[in-house]
Amino acid sequence: MNRFTYARPADLAGALREIARDPGARFIAGGTNLVDLMKYDVERPTRLVDVTRLPGLDAIEETAAGGLRIGALVSNTAIAYDARIGRRYPLLASAVLAGASPQLRNAASTGGNLLQRTRCYYFYDAATPCNKREPGSGCPAIGGVNRIHAILGTSEHCIATHPSDMCVALAALEAVVQVAGPGGERAIPFAEFHRLPGDHPERDTTLCQDEIITAVELPPEGFAEHHTYLKLRDRLSYAFALVSVAAALELDGGRIARARIALGGVAHKPWRMPEAEAALAGQPAEAASFALAADRLLAGAQGHGHNDFKIDLARRAILRALSQAAAGTPQSQTDKRIR
Amino acid sequence: MAKLHVSTTINGEPTEFLCEPSQSMLDVLRGPLGLTGSKEGCGSGDCGACTITLDGRLVCSCLVLAAEAQDREIRTIEGMAEGDRLHPLQQKFLEMAALQCGICTPGVLMAARTLLEQNPDPTETEARFWLAGNLCRCTGYDKIIRAVLDTAAEMREAAR
Repeated sequence: MNRFTYARPADLAGALREIARDPGARFIAGGTNLVDLMKYDVERPTRLVDVTRLPGLDAIEETAAGGLRIGALVSNTAIAYDARIGRRYPLLASAVLAGASPQLRNAASTGGNLLQRTRCYYFYDAATPCNKREPGSGCPAIGGVNRIHAILGTSEHCIATHPSDMCVALAALEAVVQVAGPGGERAIPFAEFHRLPGDHPERDTTLCQDEIITAVELPPEGFAEHHTYLKLRDRLSYAFALVSVAAALELDGGRIARARIALGGVAHKPWRMPEAEAALAGQPAEAASFALAADRLLAGAQGHGHNDFKIDLARRAILRALSQAAAGTPQSQTDKRIR
Repeated sequence: MAKLHVSTTINGEPTEFLCEPSQSMLDVLRGPLGLTGSKEGCGSGDCGACTITLDGRLVCSCLVLAAEAQDREIRTIEGMAEGDRLHPLQQKFLEMAALQCGICTPGVLMAARTLLEQNPDPTETEARFWLAGNLCRCTGYDKIIRAVLDTAAEMREAAR
């Protein structure tokens, strides 16, 4: 690990001053991804600004619009077991419980979860080239070992995936990311927060180095009746998704009034396709409709060799997830048998 | 670079130490503080061998910067027994041989204790879900899970 200095500002204004002083400075909250990346020499901050004690960022509160505002320092555990989230946004609680372990969920913050880096093997191995870690050095995953890599939205420079489960649910729920920076506050719709790799795979998000996430806001509609978070992985627990699906439906009798579908493990960001969701509106909630949605969502999906299987896996996962959501039988995250 | 001075509480005792910004809580526990019960397995939050509680929350001490311990309350495996009297989980792990090499055991015990504090009557599924962050390469987990469930039953009986 490189040497760095450590600061613990007392408030948000102090944190923004500290981060602005040094372009190599980084915020640290739960540390569940930053500290391990520092140990692997992937992240080499010159200064760490500890935000864990900033006041006012650790609460889950009602919004005027009828939604919930989750402070950036609220832990993954607090989200997973919050009664209001469990009742109104069970999709979010389920996705959080699908990931990591009690130890990591206790430490991991809401803001930090959004800023997780990819688990691409080459990104983590500082002895190999990686365009995300070292722009211009190349992407050994293309033509290399790429079983866990992306099938949608890739570029010739990067085929990494975003690892978060929580973010897949937040994408489906159309959350809004609240951000503070030297120029004041701004709100970023979830779909615009994470980027596709394009020509700049080193940039995961549209957040600037001198900005801080202050909260994630959930709109009033939580799809509490018909939802599921279906996560498929190499072992039944404590592994990143090969493919995951956050599905949320509003039904009108046997027909779909509204649908939201977000995919994890397949792209550089949670993958949504609003046209595929819109096309489900008015359709009967049955396998044929779900198959059409899967076709649309996966149009243009491309494997890179080892991960070719993900295209078929994603298709089957979408069908199963939409069936679970329509039936009102969401996937259990403790009993992982898939029904 | 100046060392950081940290005041904290470890297993109920007020404790002070000096550390580098880059030292983890696990580094300081096992090094200057001589509390070597917490183990370093992976060093990256995957294996749970370094599990402690920080203000009552189960965390991996390898991912906690030592500087973050300021004014916090830490509990480690060294604080689990009361003098010579083992915690019921420790006693049961011995009786049922729920360990082989022992590297994961301190972390498993810390996690299992928190489980039983929050849920005195876990199902097997719940116990396995709760202990998912503690990897064991020897036992195949069955003995660990059986020991935890047996301890839970005994502790419930004792609390009647």
